[in-house]
Amino acid sequence: MGAEARGSGLLAREAPVLSTFTPENAAALPGLPWLQQRRSAAAEAFSSAPFPVEKDEVWRYSRIDQLDLDRFHPVDAAPKAPSNDPGASSSDRVHSLVSSLGPRSGLLVTIDGVLATVATSVGDDVLTLGRVTEHDHAEALLGSVVTDPREFLLLNDAFAVDPLIIDIGPHANIDAPIVIVHVISGAGGDAVFPRTIVRGGVASTAAVIEIVVDINAGLLADLPTSSAPAGMPASDVGQPERLVVPVTELQVADDASLAFVSVQALGPDTWQLAHQASTIGTDATLKSFAVALGGGYARLRTDSALRGSAGTSMLRAAFIGRNDQMLDFRTLQDHLAPRTTSDLLFMGAVADSSHSVYSGLIRVRRGAVKSDAMQTNHNLVLDEGAHADSVPNLDIEENDVKCSHASTVGPVDEDQRYYLESRGVEPDVAERLIVAGFFENIADQVPVDGARSMIGRALADRSGAFGA
Amino acid sequence: MSTGELQIEGLRAGIPGREILRGVSLTVRSGEVHAVMGPNGSGKSTLAHVLMGRPGYEILDGSVTLDGIDLLALPTWQRARAGLFLAMQHPIEVPGVSLVTSLTAARPTIPADEIAADGVDIGERLRAEAGRIGFDERFLDRPLNVDLSGGERKRNETLQLGVLRPRFAILDEIDSGLDIDALGDVGSRVQEATTEWGLGVLAITHFRRLLDVLHPDVVHVLSDGRVVATGESELAEIVDRTGYAAYG
Repeated sequence: MGAEARGSGLLAREAPVLSTFTPENAAALPGLPWLQQRRSAAAEAFSSAPFPVEKDEVWRYSRIDQLDLDRFHPVDAAPKAPSNDPGASSSDRVHSLVSSLGPRSGLLVTIDGVLATVATSVGDDVLTLGRVTEHDHAEALLGSVVTDPREFLLLNDAFAVDPLIIDIGPHANIDAPIVIVHVISGAGGDAVFPRTIVRGGVASTAAVIEIVVDINAGLLADLPTSSAPAGMPASDVGQPERLVVPVTELQVADDASLAFVSVQALGPDTWQLAHQASTIGTDATLKSFAVALGGGYARLRTDSALRGSAGTSMLRAAFIGRNDQMLDFRTLQDHLAPRTTSDLLFMGAVADSSHSVYSGLIRVRRGAVKSDAMQTNHNLVLDEGAHADSVPNLDIEENDVKCSHASTVGPVDEDQRYYLESRGVEPDVAERLIVAGFFENIADQVPVDGARSMIGRALADRSGAFGA
Repeated sequence: MSTGELQIEGLRAGIPGREILRGVSLTVRSGEVHAVMGPNGSGKSTLAHVLMGRPGYEILDGSVTLDGIDLLALPTWQRARAGLFLAMQHPIEVPGVSLVTSLTAARPTIPADEIAADGVDIGERLRAEAGRIGFDERFLDRPLNVDLSGGERKRNETLQLGVLRPRFAILDEIDSGLDIDALGDVGSRVQEATTEWGLGVLAITHFRRLLDVLHPDVVHVLSDGRVVATGESELAEIVDRTGYAAYG
């Protein structure tokens, strides 16, 4: 890696000088030639572009300036024994989590980025799932939703060891959800790059649940803790520092309907830079619901491109910040076709000295007439040291459209608290009920039945400790 | 049957920079119904909220005691636990929190002797009370006051009063937004409570029509933050006929 200065003006920025995320290391990962070439090209592109800084508009309010990539190294592809799991075997524990979701049509489990389990109960004319390297059309599909890869997307392109595909056949109607669990269990310093592409074939109906979970973070009641009581976030000290960069592409073809639920339950010292991108075809519908619980700095970028006329994208997220974590959400509702609908609702709470960021853009391109876009972000700020930023943006190039956005940032409503207290409810109980009620409202909208109760429990657990 | 009194003595209160109650004194005994009538701006709602302890009001002078307990020294929830209830003029929506959940959390407000006597099943009590005042049972699982009409909200307040069985209830314009049938249901439920467990009532109202269904033992006329007249139920009729101007 050359360390040459790129330009000498004050505003010129240098490409990162990396010791671990090098093109050489990317090229050394195993896989088919097309995948290896793809990784090399992405690693070159990443290392020749300036590293993002907080001054960039899309990284405003973030903690990107504190991320030192050289502290991390990509985990290699060799399957390995979980190193941080002295108690019950992690596969039993993951099985218990998966069982709590109820019936399923398929299951993919990765351990630190490497596929460990593949199972499906429906025929391969309806559903194929597994490694992209074993799928005929994967080369064309991988990266097809993300059209302008930059920054951490490139890093994922370069270092995803085992990209996965879920391919739902045309006209397939799959009742039970397909479950993906990315288990993070390795040592401090690990960098893991989960990568998934979901294709919902023409006129298909399906649901996918994707969980990224630190096996010992104790954030999901349905994932039993190992012998050590890892359930108390108060004992955060000494947790391994890791980097997790999950990228999920969702391709919803014409007339298809896809429900997608994602849950982030990472450890308190993890950097997460996640990206979920979707394209919605003609008369197609995506219903997406993201839950963010853990991480030290956990960012989720959600881009939804409505490319076919009369497509619909429903985007929901619920998040709870504790301690000194930062949860960072960036969204794009991109209307490229006529009569498209997007409806975004992100709701969260920040407690202790945590911080949340919501920054969203509605973009209606020329020609996307009669489009309807809605963007709502509500934030509860529960402690004096906590903070929430909410930044809505509109970029409308067409006249005949409907757009609205709303955002609120504030403490628990004083009138609501007074009402409950006037019935004799103690103040801390009143606050807990109001916060739980706030999340119950949105948890009801989880589009996959099996995930709804699991998410309700996780949110109640994480919020139930407020004021305690 | 409880016996006791809610005593308001020389109460002066307001919002910062403005005195609204300029010395209110009155005493409600268990089982009595007192009506407080007055024109807009006379301080009726301020009285209700100051008694319950709503944030934003300042106490300047005076005392409020319930059986000798100094209510003004207590936070709102402890006033409720002491036996005070406020049926609000504008019941507040609490999204995501159902009636059952909130009343379960408020269960310790129910007098301890009643809980000891019959255990008190909140759900059962809710259904029984809902039946008595014609409150649709399908509203019981709804978030508090969300998507309820004005009249349903007032029935809901009355329902909660019936479940919690406070010693004293302040009804802040409970008649507003009620049609004549609902008014009858709500009025007679409160009237029955006065003999059922000796509820003492302070009914704040702008109009006399509430008092046709909830019969006051004493009527007070509030004007400009003071009680300017006190009398028996005929006073309400006089006020109704002649207006408040004579008391300004």
